Amino acid sequence: MNVEKGKSNLTNVLVVGVGGQGVIMVSKVLALICQSNGFQVKQSEVHGMAKRGGGVFSHVRFGPEVWSPTIPKGEADILLALEWAEGLRWINYLKRDGGLFIADTQKIFPPFAARNRNRGADVGYSPETPREILELVGDGYALDATSMANELGNLRAANTVLLGVLSMGLDFEPQEWLDVIEQLVPANSIEINRLAFQQGRDWFAEMQNIPTADRHTAPEIKPNEIVQSVHGRVKLEIVEDWCKGCDICVKMCPERCLRLNGEMIAELSKPDACTGCRVCEWLCPDYAIKVGMLPALEVVS
Amino acid sequence: MNINMKNEQAQLAAKLPETKPLSGNEAFAQGAWEAGVKVAAAYPGTPSTEILETVAKYPEEDIYAQWSTNEKVSLDVATGASFAGVRSLCVMKHVGVNVASDALMSLTYIGVNAGLVLIVCDDPGIHSSQNEQDTRIMCQFAMIPALEPSDAQEALEFTRLAFDLSEQFDTPVIVRSTTRLSHTRSPVSLGDRVEVESRGFVENPNKNVMIPSNARTQHPKLLEREKGLREYFETSELTRWEKGDAKVGIITMGTPYTYVKEVMGDASILKLAGSYPLPENKIREFAASVDRLFIVEELEPVVETQVKAMGIAVEGKKFFSRLGEFSPELIRAGFAEAGIIDKATIQKDWNVSQTIRPPVLCSGCPHTSSYMALRAINARVAGDIGCYTLATVEPLQSIDTVVSMGSSIANAIGMAKAGGDTKPIVATIGDSTFYHSGVPPLIDAVYNDADITVILLDNHVTGMTGGQDHPGTGLTLRGKKTHRVDYEDVIRAIGVKWVKKVDSYDMAAMYQTFREAIDFKGVSVVISDRPCVLDPLKIKGPSLEVRSKNCTACQVCMNLGCPAISWSDEWYDGHHKVKIDPQSCMGCTLCAQICPSDCIQAV
Repeated sequence: MNVEKGKSNLTNVLVVGVGGQGVIMVSKVLALICQSNGFQVKQSEVHGMAKRGGGVFSHVRFGPEVWSPTIPKGEADILLALEWAEGLRWINYLKRDGGLFIADTQKIFPPFAARNRNRGADVGYSPETPREILELVGDGYALDATSMANELGNLRAANTVLLGVLSMGLDFEPQEWLDVIEQLVPANSIEINRLAFQQGRDWFAEMQNIPTADRHTAPEIKPNEIVQSVHGRVKLEIVEDWCKGCDICVKMCPERCLRLNGEMIAELSKPDACTGCRVCEWLCPDYAIKVGMLPALEVVS
Repeated sequence: MNINMKNEQAQLAAKLPETKPLSGNEAFAQGAWEAGVKVAAAYPGTPSTEILETVAKYPEEDIYAQWSTNEKVSLDVATGASFAGVRSLCVMKHVGVNVASDALMSLTYIGVNAGLVLIVCDDPGIHSSQNEQDTRIMCQFAMIPALEPSDAQEALEFTRLAFDLSEQFDTPVIVRSTTRLSHTRSPVSLGDRVEVESRGFVENPNKNVMIPSNARTQHPKLLEREKGLREYFETSELTRWEKGDAKVGIITMGTPYTYVKEVMGDASILKLAGSYPLPENKIREFAASVDRLFIVEELEPVVETQVKAMGIAVEGKKFFSRLGEFSPELIRAGFAEAGIIDKATIQKDWNVSQTIRPPVLCSGCPHTSSYMALRAINARVAGDIGCYTLATVEPLQSIDTVVSMGSSIANAIGMAKAGGDTKPIVATIGDSTFYHSGVPPLIDAVYNDADITVILLDNHVTGMTGGQDHPGTGLTLRGKKTHRVDYEDVIRAIGVKWVKKVDSYDMAAMYQTFREAIDFKGVSVVISDRPCVLDPLKIKGPSLEVRSKNCTACQVCMNLGCPAISWSDEWYDGHHKVKIDPQSCMGCTLCAQICPSDCIQAV
């Protein structure tokens, strides 16, 4: 079961993930193995913002002769994703026929995913399930490598589990992978990484003969729970006579939608931003604020 | 380890070719070391930072290397070393050249004593910068030869050669990199270091002192130099004519060369050493040998404009954008549009949702509280360049302007002097940026008695570029202890009457101090003080947890933008309750301090 080499015998592997996960490390392992096998290798990445929790990607290209350091869109033989949504972000870089998709199903939620504060709001994270994606790409594997590594006793070995899976898709000897991995991991974690690598390989072997859509161990990721909620508008009442302008509500409002007016009385300056969280109501020392809900708008045809 | 494994490892080692995989940046450093460089200076800036970090790994006896306070200072240091007779290296990112340009424009008149090379890393595509200006225009402007390597091997070779050219033609030489080249790793064959004897200081005021009379005699020499270099590039092996199909001729250089080779490997290619000065005869000869001539260059049409001025019909920016970074697919699309190759069948994208994941401040980042406090104060904030620029976006959203390194304080002065703003005027600037170019504007503020507050975000390191030392850390580039330039001493010496240091992890104190500072009429400075949680040491304390029972789902804590805080599966009154990821929480307690229901507690 090997990835068919592209034209001019060039193999393209795109490694993606989130800053801090070890994308660069994983692609370094691959590049070293390719080089020791006499291939020309180019490994290209963009970092700088990587540590700041943004997306990270690394292009690894090897063959007898490599020119461009980057993989053209739609020509990646293998897409290896260390994080689920990052795999989805780059999925169109994968070759249409014969491209192999390997992804960890762990989800790292960016703070941005929780920006919608309205009632019943959904998390801003790709809702696709592993089954849906595997059906789409045709050839792929989705595994919870993070949990597998955790069971072995070291979360950091998740990348090595994935390397084990990757190794099944490429033509190099397992021992070559292990030799390189051992050079790069801390001495006290060599044994765990060895086990993690083997576990990735075993898992691949177990999965490769079943239909693609079933090649995932991760518990089926539920589509985001939709909560039945009062999608009503918020009504904020401020009793002006009771407000003494202490500013507590203005300072504590999570959405910054209150202000003190010219008379130093609290007022709602951005009604659309108010989510009705009631912080102002609870914190007002003078009980001057009341948060109520208006009934949801009815659709009038 | 058993004997078998040892044998296998020996076999593995034996199989390795005599090359080493180096990133472009590492190759630049290796090239400089091989060329016998004695002094190197830089200010960190993505994507150039690793060059000097790598230089600092070579033996101290070979190279003296230092972080300078800014790019101009680093170029002046390198110039001084060249005056003194040793080969010197200066490194910066493209926008650094703007800072250094005053020195650069004089240096080009003066020339060099020992070789001086400036490596400049451009950022096409704006991966991590404020613009994508093309340094090659600056080379033409300053009449300094530009060498543009296309891969790591050339990065090494061009850098080594640049020192010879510099001495041969009495000129500083710019080697121009891009993000892609700097951060691509490929096998490089290494050479040995040549030890170059110091030439000693050569007393020649007519050359080394740029007063008008001397400058007037130097200027014609620049034209001579340009001519000499032009002739050099005519026959240099760096100008490479790769004969191919005569129907299509492509002039290219730098990283775009690799894309051209991938897409149009059969065409005739004229690979140039760089964009200035051009080997005009060679270009004429090449143009005459092909039916249709193209120029493929990233960003501005620098070569295209020169070739057109020579009266040669050429196509370039018509098909290849002036914007952003090239890729093989863009080159393919350009040649397809020109009718040279068939249009690639464009596959319809798989329709898959995208998760928005902008870079964010780290969990426990000490900058967070400063902007949280500014947000509550509702100040007009002139920002600056560093990690803290990320406070511009949601949820902190508390920076109004960001221009360039060190601009914040002077921008604030202008805003204050303009009057009319009802909000208090605040400038925020990082510790490294303050010494880079924040000191002169602070002096300006005191001198002109501006009513502004400056928040100095002191996280004890140059954070954004990956944790480099600077004058405020008390350590050198090689990690040796040195004099620490104390912020409070400097600020008081400048004449600021209101200076206070505050712990960035004490939310109430921050808020209170900011308010006091703003109330002060005149220049006030708050030093908000806490080390970066990533560099030089990763800081991790016991994590906090959310007592879910008490969480009222108000999500005030989420306004910190901390990546450790996210929604939990529980709800309250239609809103998500929150949870804290113990792996990434480092225990700064800021969220616990602002939680109105006091539900964030120690585990």
